[in-house]
Amino acid sequence: MSERTAVIASRVGLHARPAGIFVAAVGALPLEVTIAMAGEPADDAMDASSILSIMSLGASNGDTVVLRADGEGADEALDSLVKILETDLDAE
Amino acid sequence: MIMQTLSGSSGTKQNPASRFAGVGVSPGRVIGPILLMPQAVPEPAVGERLAAGTSPEEACAALRTAAQAVQVNLTARSAGASGAGRAVLEATALMANDPMLVKAAVKLITNGASPERAIWDAAASVAEMLHNLGGYMAERATDILDVRRRIVAELRGVPAPGIPHSDTPFILVGEDLAPADTATLDPAKVLALVTSSGGPQSHTAIIARALGLPAVVAAVGVDGLTDGTEVFIDGAAGTILVDPGADEVALAAAWKTTSAALAVFDGTGRLADGHLVPLRSNVGGAQDAVKAAAAGAQGVGLLRTEFCFLERDTEPTLVEQVAAYRGVFDAFPGEKVVIRTLDAGADKPLPFLTDASEPNPALGVRGYRTDFTSPGVLARQLEAIAQAADGSEADVWVMAPMISTAEEAEHFAGLCAAAGLKTPGVMIEVPSAALTAASILRFVDFVSLGTNDLTQYAMAADRQLGPLAALNTPWQPAVLQLIRLTVAGSRDEGHNKPVGVCGEAAADPALAVVLVGLGVATLSMTARALAAVAAVLGSVTLPEAQQLAALALTAHSAADARRIVRDKLPILDRLGL
Repeated sequence: MSERTAVIASRVGLHARPAGIFVAAVGALPLEVTIAMAGEPADDAMDASSILSIMSLGASNGDTVVLRADGEGADEALDSLVKILETDLDAE
Repeated sequence: MIMQTLSGSSGTKQNPASRFAGVGVSPGRVIGPILLMPQAVPEPAVGERLAAGTSPEEACAALRTAAQAVQVNLTARSAGASGAGRAVLEATALMANDPMLVKAAVKLITNGASPERAIWDAAASVAEMLHNLGGYMAERATDILDVRRRIVAELRGVPAPGIPHSDTPFILVGEDLAPADTATLDPAKVLALVTSSGGPQSHTAIIARALGLPAVVAAVGVDGLTDGTEVFIDGAAGTILVDPGADEVALAAAWKTTSAALAVFDGTGRLADGHLVPLRSNVGGAQDAVKAAAAGAQGVGLLRTEFCFLERDTEPTLVEQVAAYRGVFDAFPGEKVVIRTLDAGADKPLPFLTDASEPNPALGVRGYRTDFTSPGVLARQLEAIAQAADGSEADVWVMAPMISTAEEAEHFAGLCAAAGLKTPGVMIEVPSAALTAASILRFVDFVSLGTNDLTQYAMAADRQLGPLAALNTPWQPAVLQLIRLTVAGSRDEGHNKPVGVCGEAAADPALAVVLVGLGVATLSMTARALAAVAAVLGSVTLPEAQQLAALALTAHSAADARRIVRDKLPILDRLGL
C-alpha cells in the first residue's frame, strides 16, 4: 500500500472545479485510489474517483488529506495526484 | 385579459382549441411548428419493484448504461458552454456516472428495487447529504436531482428534461422556463416562446425580450397542443392561432420587414417636439456593454454586478472586480455608466452572503441589506468600483438596490464618499422608498426605479407566479402612482435630481411614453428594445405624453390603462408592437 499526504491548495477547497479536475485525473488511472482526511482511519477512506465522495469529504483550503493506492505504478500515480491537489486549481 | 380559449373547447388533445389568449410580453408575429418542453419526469412509484422477468443483473446493466449515456450527453453539452456554466455542467456530468451514486443504486436493485426507483432513492440520499453540508454543497443538491431525472428519463426511453433539440427552427411551448433552461436556449433555433404559466416578469418574459424573441405567457391550454402543430403567434397582442391562414402569413411577412427596421436606433432618444430622453441600456458585463454601445445606447442605466459574483462560493478579489467593471466602463467613453452594487438574495442566492433557509426571501436579507449581515463586502466592492472608475473615460454613477429608508440612503452615500465615489444614488424598488423620495434625495444625487420589484412589492404578488400575472404588471395604476410620487419627491427636494427607470417597464414602448409623461428623465432597457422605444417616443410630444400619463393614472385597472394608452398610439399597430 502506497500512501501520500497533500495539502489542499485551491482557495475554494476541494470541490466544484478543483474536484472535477482531480476526479477526472483519478479516473484516468488504472488503479483504485482512496482519499481520507488526515488522522482518519484508512477504513473510512473514500473512493477518490467519485466526485460525490470528494465533495462530501468537505476538504477546505489548507486541510491535509491522505491518498492511498495499491499495485504497480502506485507511487508515481500518487505523486501526480498530490501535485494536482497542491496547485490552486481554481485560479487557473 | 387572460386565458380563455375562445373556441370554447377544453383545449385537450382530442378536441384542440384553435385559438389561445395569454399575456403578450415580447412583440413579434411569426409562424412555425411547435415543440413542447418535455413533461417533468414523474417520480417512480414508492417501493416500485423489478419487473417480472428482469434479473437484477440486467437491471444493473441498464442502469449503468443509462448513467453513462447521461454523462456523455452532459459532457457534450458542457463543450458548448463557457465560463462558470461550463464548470457546473462538467461537474454535473461527473455526478451522473459517479461510482458512489451508481454503487448505492446497484445495491438497491440487488434488493429488488426497479432501476428507476433505485436511482431515485440513491440520489435522494446523496442530495440530503449535500444539503446537510450546507453552503455551496447544498446548492449542488439540485444538480444531483437534475441528474436523477435525466437517468430515469433515459431508463424509460422518454425525452430528457430541458429544451428539446431540433435541427429546424421551432416555437417552444412549455409550462414555464427555468433560468437553467433559458441558459441553453439557442436563439437561432427558437422562433418564439409560449408558456401556459408565468407572468410578465417571469424568466421566460425577460429572456424573450433580451433575445428579441416574440413571446406570450399565461396562455392556459397551449401545453395541450401536439409537437409539430403549425401556429401563428402575436407577441404584442398575446394571441396564438392554430393552423394560420393567408392573413397571418401576410402579418408574419410584414413583421419581418418592420423588425429589421426596428433594429436600428440612431443614438438619440427624443420626443416629436425635441424633448430629450436619453435611452440607456441594462447590461450584465463587458460583452453586453460592447453590444449595447454598438446598438446606439446612450450609456448604461443599469450595470448588474452580480455577474461577477454568481456561481462563486467566495467573494471575488479586488483585482477581479476592477477588471470586470473596467471592461464595461471602457465600452462607453464620455457616457454615463450607472453601476448597481451587488443585488444578491431572493432569486439570486449567493452562498457567502445569503441565507437560503429564509422563509420569505423576497422580503429577506437581499440587495443592500446584505451589508447588515456581511459588512465589508459592499465597502470592498465600492473600493473596486472607484479603482475601476479612476482613469476611465466613463462618467461613473453608483447605486444601491433594495433601499427602504432615507437613513439607508444616507449610510450608502457615506460609504460612497469614503470610497471616493462622487455620484451616489439608490434604486426605488420598495414602495416606502417611492413614498419618501424627497427625503432620500437629500442624501443622494439620483434615483432609478426598478419597476419589476416595485410592482411585486406594491401589489404583494410574486413575480414568478402565473396565476398572479394580471396583478404583476407595471401598468397597475398603483405602480404608476408610486412612480408619479417619486418624481414629485424629486421636485419637492428642490434640485430636480434625475429620476430614471431601469426595469422591464422601460422596454415597453407604450409604457415608456407614460413614464416620460410622468416626468421620468431617462430610460434604461435591454439593448434590443432601444429602437422600438425610440420610434414610439418620437411619435408624441411632451404634452401628449403627459396627457397619456394622466389617463393611465386614473384608469380603473391595469388592462384599462394599457388599452387606453395603446389606442392613442396608432404607431404601435403600424409597427406590430
